[in-house]
This record gives sequence, structure tokens and C-alpha cells, in this order.
Amino acid sequence: MKGTVRLKTGLAEMLKGGVIMDVTTPEQAKIAEGAGACAVMALERVPADIRAQGGVARMADPTVVKRIMDAVSIPVMAKARIGHFVEARILEALGVDYIDESEVLTPADDKHHIDKRAFTVPFVCGCRNLGEALRRMAEGAAMIRTKGEPGTGNVVEAVRHCRQVMDEIRILCALPEDEVANYAKNCGAPLEAAIVVRKKGRLPVVNFAAGGIATPADAAMMMHLGCDGVFVGSGIFKSGSPEKRARAIVQAVTNYRDYAMLADVSRDLGEAMTGVEISAVPPAERMQERGW
Amino acid sequence: MPTVGVLALQGAFREHLAALRRVGARTVEIRRRKHMEGIDALVIPGGESTTIGKLLAEGDMLDPLKTRLQSGMPVYGSCAGLILLCKTIEGSDQPRLGVLDATVRRNAFGRQVNSFEAKLAVPEIGTAPFHAVFIRAPVITEVGAGVRILAEIDGRAVAVRENNILATSFHPELTPDLRLHRYFTGMCGACAKQALDRERANV
Repeated sequence: MKGTVRLKTGLAEMLKGGVIMDVTTPEQAKIAEGAGACAVMALERVPADIRAQGGVARMADPTVVKRIMDAVSIPVMAKARIGHFVEARILEALGVDYIDESEVLTPADDKHHIDKRAFTVPFVCGCRNLGEALRRMAEGAAMIRTKGEPGTGNVVEAVRHCRQVMDEIRILCALPEDEVANYAKNCGAPLEAAIVVRKKGRLPVVNFAAGGIATPADAAMMMHLGCDGVFVGSGIFKSGSPEKRARAIVQAVTNYRDYAMLADVSRDLGEAMTGVEISAVPPAERMQERGW
Repeated sequence: MPTVGVLALQGAFREHLAALRRVGARTVEIRRRKHMEGIDALVIPGGESTTIGKLLAEGDMLDPLKTRLQSGMPVYGSCAGLILLCKTIEGSDQPRLGVLDATVRRNAFGRQVNSFEAKLAVPEIGTAPFHAVFIRAPVITEVGAGVRILAEIDGRAVAVRENNILATSFHPELTPDLRLHRYFTGMCGACAKQALDRERANV
């Protein structure tokens, strides 16, 4: 049996407690692997550059993805545009280990996401709240991440989205039985999925933090808030000393409760990526608004 | 019942902790050297073997763990755990414990799209087949004289035992069947008795 839900969610379980790093070249992929990344995300431009350069952002050139797959032994993920099921089929044919149906790229469909159940390869999707997480799972996502605001180096939106999901789960679990259906409706969550969350007391799939994580402290904070691991996009290769920062973030995710250790790994990392204040990003340019 | 330390650096350690508790073991999460004191046995979970190996090396945990395992402490490794236990990893010099006399090939079945579930005969734990989950799984390609092969798939070894060392390339922590965890805690009891007998013989 291949492509089962258990295999799709199972790979995400194996990534827990780890850091998934954006890379654009085989050299960067090797640095990420050497620093202890549990997977890499292969793409042509990191979110900060996509934001700066504008235009339509699409799936990476298969040559770029393939060269990165050949360079490392850890799982390789790649991004497809929201709703672009053909880009996803191409990435599946290339043999990538996970597809990120991502708001970082320009959406290809303004109403529908990819029907991810039809694929053998597993998908991860972004969310800002419980309803969005459960809609993506209903479409077949086997892993969830916060959206945050990619390419800003500003963690505030990832924190907001993570707290929002956790708050809604806590409320859902505390409600009397006869109010669950209405709550699910108001969240935009399929009722069956809401009932599963209520029974488990958490999302039934792995949930990573993403979108604006730039320092070991940011990563450790997301772990404290209940995330299972972190994605770091622009934060590593847009910083002063990528290798050192990558190692430090890996240590921070494993030892997020050990503050002496966090102090130690946060030392002398060189310059972090230049951050962006969220209010300085016009609403039309906020990637988190993409997705339905 | 033994106190089993579960290496909690990265990967599916939560699932192993839950399975071990279900079979009655006491459990401890191991993230630093200091957490190793007082454990009777060790489980190395599935996850990313290069990540776990690096964190073991950076935390100065490889040598002390290796010493304990060589002196007979029972250990069970699944998937990444199996890789970290093997002496030889084909084409890789990644950090490892290297206490199991075997050669392993990583991602031997291919990438994630080739991950699979299968019914597996594991006579050592009973006649009913074990529902085994293989995720980017490794296989053992060569074994030393002291290693017993417990299960094979298409003639390739996917579960082995050498004295105090148990390793599987699949993930029993992802399925409700507790037989392998129960088998391992049984091994812990037997190893503890052997250690006690050795001590008595020395006195």
C-alpha cells in the first residue's frame, strides 16, 4: 500500500522537533543538511526576494529542484501555487517528498485549493486559524503550518496565527456538545473534522510554525506556543552567517526549554535578516491573505 | 519494569513514549547527557538520522551512550534509530553510535512516493503478521555473525537483533500493535538478569 494517509502524516511525524530550511541551490541545501535541518524546501527565490522583486511567483524550475534532490539525503519539499494541480503533479513526478501548496507563490485559482487526496505525495498547507487548517486537511493536507507573514523576518504574524489556532482548539474542547456544530460553522470548519479535534484535544496532524522566523529565540518561542517544529524561509540565507544561524536554530528547537543553552546558541550569530514592520506591508501585498 | 530513556532530540519520540507507557515501562526524555543517568534502556526513534546524529555529537552524547550500549544496556532503534545503531552506513560518514555489527542502506526503497505499508512476518513476536509502516525506510544489507535477522521483505533484512540491540527499519510507534515494544521491555528484563548474574559470578 502506497500513498496512504498514515504514510503521508507519518513522514510529518518524523520531521517533528526539526527545522525545515528554504534553499535555492545545491550548495545551500548541503549547508542546511550539515547544520542539522530535518528537510529542505527547494525553491528559486526565498520569500524576501519574491516580495522585493514582485511579479508572478511560480513553481521552481524542475532542474533546480532535481539538483537539490541529488545534493542531499534528507527529505526535499517544493512549493506549488495554490490551486495549481498540474504544478503539483509535476513535482510529484519529479519525486519530491512533500509539496507545500503555498501562499508564498502567486495563487493559480482564486476559489479552489488542490484536491490533495488524489495524490501519492503528501502536502503541507498554511493556515491562520482553525477553520483554515481543517479545510486544508479536508482537502487532504497531511501537515499544517502557520502562515505568518513570509519574507518579513517578523515573527508577530506567526505568533498570532499559532495562538489563534490553539485558542480555537481550547474553546472547541470546552464547549457543550450542542454548541459544537454552530462553532464549527462560524470557524468555517467541516463539522466532522471539528469533532475529531475535540476528541483528540489537538490537530490530528503535525503543525509547524512558519512565516517570519529569523532567530533561535523566535524558533524556541514557537515551540513553547505548541508548534511541532519550524520552517525557516528567508531567515537563514538572508542573514550574515547562514551556517552558524542554521545550527543555532536547530539547537533552539530541540532545547527550547533550556534558557542557558538558548543564550549560548544565540551568541555571535552576525546580522539577522533585515526585518519588515507588518504595518509597512500594504494589505494587497500580504501573502497570508492568499488562500480560501 | 525498566526505566526506558527515549532519545528526544528530534523525530517521533512522543509516539514511542506513549507506546512504552502502554506496555508498563517508566519513561524519560533524553535531550542532554545529564538525562541519561538512571535509565535501564534506550529507544532511538524515527526521525532524520543526520539531524539526530549531529545533535548527539554536538551534545557530547555519542561516546557516553556508546559505552553504555557496549556494556550491555538494551537499545531499540526504529528507522533513523536503526541507521544510527549500525557500524556502517553506505556512502555516508554521518555521526552514529555504530554498535550494531551491520551495514545499512538509507532510503533503500526510494523517496516518499515509494513509502509503503505491508503485512510482515516477525516470528520472534508471534504468528500473526505485523502491520509495518515503511517511510523512506532503510534496509540492512550485511550482517555480522552475531546478528539475527528477525524479519525480511523481498529477501532484505528489515528487523534484526544482536544481543542487547534491537532494530527495525519500520515504525511500530505509528500503529497500535504493541508487540515489538513488549518484546523490547522483555529484552530489558532478560538483560538486567544477565547483568545481575555476571555481578554475582564476579563476587
